[in-house]
Amino acid sequence: MTDTTDNLHVMNRAALTKRLVAGLKNREAVIGGIGNSNWDLWGADKTRGENFYMLGSMGLAAPIAMGVALAQPKRRVFALEGDGSLLMQLGCLSTIAAQAVKNLCVVVWDNGIYQITGGQGTPAAAARTDIVAIARASGIANAAWAADEAEFDALVAKALTTDGPHVIGVKIDQEPGRNQTDRDPIRFRESFMRAMALPV
Amino acid sequence: MDADAIDKAPDAAAAWPDQIYGLLKKHDIRQVALVPDAGHSRLIKRCLADNEIQVTTLTTEEEGIALLQGAWLGGQKAVLLMQSSGVGNCINMLSLSHIHRCPMPMLVTMRGDFGEFNPAQIPMGNATQAVLEAMGTLVKRADTPEDIAPTVDATIRLAFNTFRPTATLIGQRVIGAKTFGKD
Repeated sequence: MTDTTDNLHVMNRAALTKRLVAGLKNREAVIGGIGNSNWDLWGADKTRGENFYMLGSMGLAAPIAMGVALAQPKRRVFALEGDGSLLMQLGCLSTIAAQAVKNLCVVVWDNGIYQITGGQGTPAAAARTDIVAIARASGIANAAWAADEAEFDALVAKALTTDGPHVIGVKIDQEPGRNQTDRDPIRFRESFMRAMALPV
Repeated sequence: MDADAIDKAPDAAAAWPDQIYGLLKKHDIRQVALVPDAGHSRLIKRCLADNEIQVTTLTTEEEGIALLQGAWLGGQKAVLLMQSSGVGNCINMLSLSHIHRCPMPMLVTMRGDFGEFNPAQIPMGNATQAVLEAMGTLVKRADTPEDIAPTVDATIRLAFNTFRPTATLIGQRVIGAKTFGKD
């Protein structure tokens, strides 16, 4: 587990999303946040029914994932959220901590920019805000930066096998999303709910 | 009529908070998301005392829209309790209900509505119904105690039968203009 943002290896969101999804074996739910987070989730496996793609409502991937996690306590639920998105909804970290949502893991892709709108820097990047430290200070003890791909795998394994809530911070490069999610929100909801109706 | 009625909190004997709780049970509501409001305090206590209802206290009403969405995606029914000022906080997020056709019933206690004393509550209180409707929400008002339960029942039914955002606005005339320190 890595405590500071010094010496963090800069990774790639598309590659790590693929790595995460490929390792899920128990119908875990994955909620992809606005923009590149859900585009790369789509790219990782668009046939996977347990993926949900949030097209708008910036900042709500983690609270949506929390709602799913509360409704389905036996299923592990992941939210994939950008740093800029999480900044819009930092209070949700306290909400998640207060509810002690054991089966929830929030992955934060941190590139310090609003990539999809032209790569403008976030205020958090300018201020050197540490999002994982915020998560811990919000009451989420299991919050850590992934120093490299191997540590990312280890933190995901921990999130799959131990009580959360968990937060995994990942420093990523500035590559745009490689795919574009289809634009059919009704279909996302229907296929996701069908998948959620299957037992874990 | 009681000349000071406008200054009073809901009568402790008022039946409607318990009637709303009964409706939540009848409709098998399993998650209640809320930003606290004095007008809902008794209902909140009832929900907190119920092990079959998961109460999530939010940091902002936006989170509540997400929780309704997540609960529905996960197979549970949820409602959002908030004050009219909170409606302004979550307007953009109501897109979720429309694009995914997810039921989102909201029970809103009004401020800035009838005999309000705080000027800061007036603009949003006056706009609450208009902005909800501008975002496609089916809005019904309840301005008498006996109207509340049937209106809330209709709001919950409309949401879960027709898959859209719905709201009951509980008027300040019923709640009382001031409720501070009173249950």
